Amino acid sequence: MSHAPGHSGGATVKARAELALNNEFLRKAVKFTTERLKNGKLKAMEDHGNWEEWRERGRQIRLHTIAHLDYYLNQFVDNARANGVHVHFADTAQDAVTISLAIAERKSAKSVVKSKSMVSEELHLNQALESIGVEAIETDLGEYIIQLAGEAPSHIIIPAIHKNRYQIADLLSEDAGEKLEADTKVLAGYVRRRLRAKFLEADIGMTGCNFAIAETGSMVLFENEGNARMVTTLPKTQITLMGMERIIPSWADLEVMATLLPRSATGQKLTMYMSGITGPRRSEDADGPDEMHIIIVDNGRSLQLGDPEFQELLNCIRCGACLNACPVYRHIGGHAYGGTYSGPIGAVLTPSLQKNIAEWDDIANASSLCGACYEACPVKIPLHEMLVYLRRRKVEAGHGNKVEGAGMMGFGALLSKSGRFKTVLKLGKLGQKFVARNGEIRLKVGPLKGWNTYRVTPSLPKKSFREQWGTMDAEIREGLKEMAPEMKQRMEQIVKDRTKGGGNGHGHS
Amino acid sequence: MKVSLFITCLSDAIYPRVGEAMVRLLARYGVKLEFPNVQTCCGQPAFNSGYWKEARTTAKTIIEAFEDCDFVISPSGSCTGMIHHYPKLFEDDAVMHERALRLQSKSYEFTQFLVQVLGVTDVGATFPHKVTYHPSCHGSRLLGVKDEPMALMSNVKGLEFVPLPYADDCCGFGGTFAVKMSDISGAMVTEKVDHVKETEAEVLVGLDMACLMNIGGNLRYRNEPVRVMHLAELLYEGVKQA
Repeated sequence: MSHAPGHSGGATVKARAELALNNEFLRKAVKFTTERLKNGKLKAMEDHGNWEEWRERGRQIRLHTIAHLDYYLNQFVDNARANGVHVHFADTAQDAVTISLAIAERKSAKSVVKSKSMVSEELHLNQALESIGVEAIETDLGEYIIQLAGEAPSHIIIPAIHKNRYQIADLLSEDAGEKLEADTKVLAGYVRRRLRAKFLEADIGMTGCNFAIAETGSMVLFENEGNARMVTTLPKTQITLMGMERIIPSWADLEVMATLLPRSATGQKLTMYMSGITGPRRSEDADGPDEMHIIIVDNGRSLQLGDPEFQELLNCIRCGACLNACPVYRHIGGHAYGGTYSGPIGAVLTPSLQKNIAEWDDIANASSLCGACYEACPVKIPLHEMLVYLRRRKVEAGHGNKVEGAGMMGFGALLSKSGRFKTVLKLGKLGQKFVARNGEIRLKVGPLKGWNTYRVTPSLPKKSFREQWGTMDAEIREGLKEMAPEMKQRMEQIVKDRTKGGGNGHGHS
Repeated sequence: MKVSLFITCLSDAIYPRVGEAMVRLLARYGVKLEFPNVQTCCGQPAFNSGYWKEARTTAKTIIEAFEDCDFVISPSGSCTGMIHHYPKLFEDDAVMHERALRLQSKSYEFTQFLVQVLGVTDVGATFPHKVTYHPSCHGSRLLGVKDEPMALMSNVKGLEFVPLPYADDCCGFGGTFAVKMSDISGAMVTEKVDHVKETEAEVLVGLDMACLMNIGGNLRYRNEPVRVMHLAELLYEGVKQA
């Protein structure tokens, strides 16, 4: 896959991250907004009061749907067709583009107004439309801004999160041909006026899809600006791009999803608008498109089906909570990840959707595996574990770093036997004589360069724990007191419960 | 009742004082720790980097080292957490898988053992200092060790607890991450230390020497006089003072 526009600045995550780390504007802007969203989510969870239970409910719905995806997809498609929708299947990004362009050409479309869609970003559809002379206009405020800047979104739900309002005012002033004040109301007001005309003249409205309801063949959109409603009511033709995993069985399931999605994304109880659309305009409807298409996009998704380590990736509801919780994302922003999706979900999704670990080999390394993503995820996707599986697959496929591989072989050999471990410590103590001063090593060379650029390394003490053990052990044995009977009893009970097979339930499973 | 100490390679090699504090503190309750000296590293650096074959080698050493005891306790939530990954590591080997599950069910992080197993929340310590606490990610998020250290600290006389702003943020260690992505890791630890400074605490306490080596290393690099301790050290020092 080619990189999206705006993803310039280095071939590796490391190189792109370095650019971001040196960009104070970006780091401040990303930190400011992710913090606001994260705190909003925490507050919403607290107000909800029963979050963990609903989170588990959401997970179960997603697990069930994905396990029976063929069934629910068929049901959805049958119902959507019965509603008068033209349903198309696209195996690849290219297929989806071809289908979209064919519709645009058949309609002799001059312009397409779009509401936010990450699938559209996956397909790089705007460039494709423009290549056949169709103007594509992003109508979500954030998307409009990054389209002007010629960039890709750097966050799943806040595309222009990396820009502050002064940078945005500059972009919009250029677009307006006059100096606009860096005031949110002024800027949003300008975009609203400008887009109003575009909505009215557009031939096609294009949307993404938050959820597709199998039982009625409907599609559901969550949004805050009302632009998606304009996109789905004004133009004569509507095209909806939908990832094949967006399905949920019923409207009852939507209640759970509608509880989880806005709260996780922005801390809102519900977005300003939630639209459910079931087919094109009926004769009794006042507005809506005469013709409606839904393009169901695979583009690597089905590769996760049946893969026990990655199938849960399809449970994602694209709320962006893992991005807001991730300390790495906060420091480097979304473009550093190099793909359409960023943050922890992007680090797993990008290589997984392509089954191309070699090309994207370093993305999975851009994580400290702290698990904040898993904790934040409303459907409990174990992203921190998937990152490790990706690293393992890369190594097992022979794409591992050669130096690291040799080091790890040494690691395995040395640490399989405690005698060898002791020898290593001895050598370390000899070696550090040349570099350690006052119990510290400050040298910035070799493997210590990266570490010691930000830290001081402690030197090894005179005696390791195992070297002190003999003396310590003898001392303690001598003065050891009797254990309190109730303590002894507790311990015995725990061991007993464990052998009964009940387990003591401590820690994670 | 046989209780064994899983010292972890970091505490063995660099911070033996942490192991000593644990051993001596637990001895006060009549718990005599054993130290099977065939133990080495939990294998986490290899596991997290994707080198599972190598991780299996060290995991096997650990499983064997602790086969015949009733409890295994360690001064690290992260290394204990790694033991919880052993069953996955031996998914395709029924015998090893079973042994891994047995080890997992008896492995405890130090404060888990003290609070959950022994039922101790007040060790009778005095520590008249301003203290802040960094909850390490693997211990708190993945192992669920959250209340135990707080309960233990709240019962230390004279201890003035100052909450660490953004405490739940990772310190940026992440094992080989700190080396491979050194600039991102550096930005994270710098931010963590900024927050430690905001607390004006004299002492930073934690449950994982890897994170504390990272944060402490940045504190020293910036010549900040904050003392960095494992909670076991703080409690043992406090008990001696009381």
